[in-house]
Amino acid sequence: MAPSWGHPNLYLGEIFNMAAAGISAPQSQDAAIGQTGAAEFGAPKKYTTESIVGLAVLGLAIAWIIWSFASGPTLFLQVLTIGLSNGALYALIALGYTMVYGIIELINFAHGDLFMLGSVVGAIFLEQWVGQKSSSATAWLWLAATMIFAMAACALLNVVIEKLAYRRLRNAPKLAPLITAVGVSFILQNIGIQLNGSAPHSRSSVLPKTSISVGSIDIRIKYIVVVAVTIPLLLLMTWIVQKTRIGKAMRAAAQDRDASLLMGINVDRVISFTFALGGALAGAAGVLFVQVNEQTRYDAGFRLGLIAFTAAVLGGVGNLLGAVVGGVLIGVIQSLNDGAPHFLGQKWTQTVMFSILIIMVIFRPGGIFGANQQEKV
Amino acid sequence: MSDMPNTPTAVRGGGKAPVLTITDLHVYYGNIAAVKGISLEVFEGEIVTLIGANGAGKSTTMRTISGLLKPRKGEIVFEGEKVSGLRGNEVAARGIAQSPEGRRIFPRMTVLENLELGAFLRKDKAEIPVDMERVFELFPRLKERIAQKGGTLSGGEQQMLAMGRALMAQPRLLLLDEPSMGLAPVLVDVVFEIIERVNAQGTTILLVEQNALAALNIGDYAYVLETGHIGLQGPAADLADNEEVRNAYLGLA
Repeated sequence: MAPSWGHPNLYLGEIFNMAAAGISAPQSQDAAIGQTGAAEFGAPKKYTTESIVGLAVLGLAIAWIIWSFASGPTLFLQVLTIGLSNGALYALIALGYTMVYGIIELINFAHGDLFMLGSVVGAIFLEQWVGQKSSSATAWLWLAATMIFAMAACALLNVVIEKLAYRRLRNAPKLAPLITAVGVSFILQNIGIQLNGSAPHSRSSVLPKTSISVGSIDIRIKYIVVVAVTIPLLLLMTWIVQKTRIGKAMRAAAQDRDASLLMGINVDRVISFTFALGGALAGAAGVLFVQVNEQTRYDAGFRLGLIAFTAAVLGGVGNLLGAVVGGVLIGVIQSLNDGAPHFLGQKWTQTVMFSILIIMVIFRPGGIFGANQQEKV
Repeated sequence: MSDMPNTPTAVRGGGKAPVLTITDLHVYYGNIAAVKGISLEVFEGEIVTLIGANGAGKSTTMRTISGLLKPRKGEIVFEGEKVSGLRGNEVAARGIAQSPEGRRIFPRMTVLENLELGAFLRKDKAEIPVDMERVFELFPRLKERIAQKGGTLSGGEQQMLAMGRALMAQPRLLLLDEPSMGLAPVLVDVVFEIIERVNAQGTTILLVEQNALAALNIGDYAYVLETGHIGLQGPAADLADNEEVRNAYLGLA
């Protein structure tokens, strides 16, 4: 018998296949990451009943959207801008889920609550410490400082959480860190209660309350700001992951941790860095969230976290581009259902969103980008 | 156990201290002992081969040297410094590179990126392209596939990439774990030829192989592992002639 201890089964299986085939067929070593293996079964080449139903559902959805647009283009587009702004926030949070999953295969259930703490400490910083409550040039500068503060705080907190709670469970059965993450989630919520109170706390936005008009569409400034802040953050993150030395190390560690160690990559540090990056994005999302919604609540992380997680699954967990696309998609679907003509209305929004998640998992378990594996971290 | 006299180590290495010394190494997976008291030495410039059946502890030994596994007992000393207990990346930083069992190339990175990662710790950035050319000389096939993702390469190409990647670190000790595994017979010969060339260029090599005959042919000194401990050892050529080895590992009764 080959020494099988400590090797993932798949790895051994692969060696077995190689030995059987003489020369191996190239196989992805970590097909276990994400549901990519399953995706191949979920997206068969031939048209099966399932795929026909899936395409029919997709066709129906597109027809519905066109119908809605045709009935009231102005309202539709106006709602769409809100959706894009919400989607940008979801994307920022979803990235934290997906990066952590990509590198240590942990669904970090505490991530939504980290976002919540980002919103709370950001609001406390801006309102209570520096006393900025209305729109002015100074207030915008302080808002920028708040962003940096909340990003740094969440990055640091996420690194500490990983070090204290997840690191020593890295080689434990998968369920152990998962349950730990749920526990951390409760701890963070309780910190949120301490800082914010158990009731929603209303906050003031320092962004202008006005809109600008593009043709017949009025777009609120705050939505533009959210998108305008998110895009450079996403570009910066892409640059870090694709071009920098630590980014390369992140991608390597996500693909094969042992091999990365053999290359001399300090995998512990890379994982810390990943948590820092995810935390910083959650902190930024928290600050933007307060500016848009003008309130903080200790349980905001649960709902937002769930939505962002849905976005990550939609895009294919572990896939960076997928998280962004999934986030924007969820944001747009949500807002269209909330406000666009012929949709079901706000009270059905959660149902619609999570139905989409279920349909997605049934027909494309690997997510939108699951089948053709893009870069994963 | 051994019916042949152990060659005194003083003969090896021309009186110099060994590059790598493993003393009484014990490695466990949970409660199961995989390596039970191995001692071995590798001298500068040598190709030392480690042969043995499946489950004898060859790959476990290699993984432990590279710091991927922690020994329960025993010591690994590289160039006078204790490296057992260091983490994998720290061992790599000391100058030990490994082409691991199963190749473990990065499947979603290109050949070029894989090779660049091999040189991850190097400070002499200007020298890296020179070494890459050297790797392409050894494995011209890799140059043809330079922009291809590692996961799309054939088994033989992946093996070349794993070796090339390890060479990119400019290691002073190169660990090769089953470099011929799963390869077509034609490629096996090529791989062993390349191992000899790399060694001739000055790299000390510790080689684990199931293909015992080929490994003994290119090796200077050899150890035979039997379920976690060393059964036989001696100059590779002597072991190749040894009755016991011929029976058990070479199938040449």
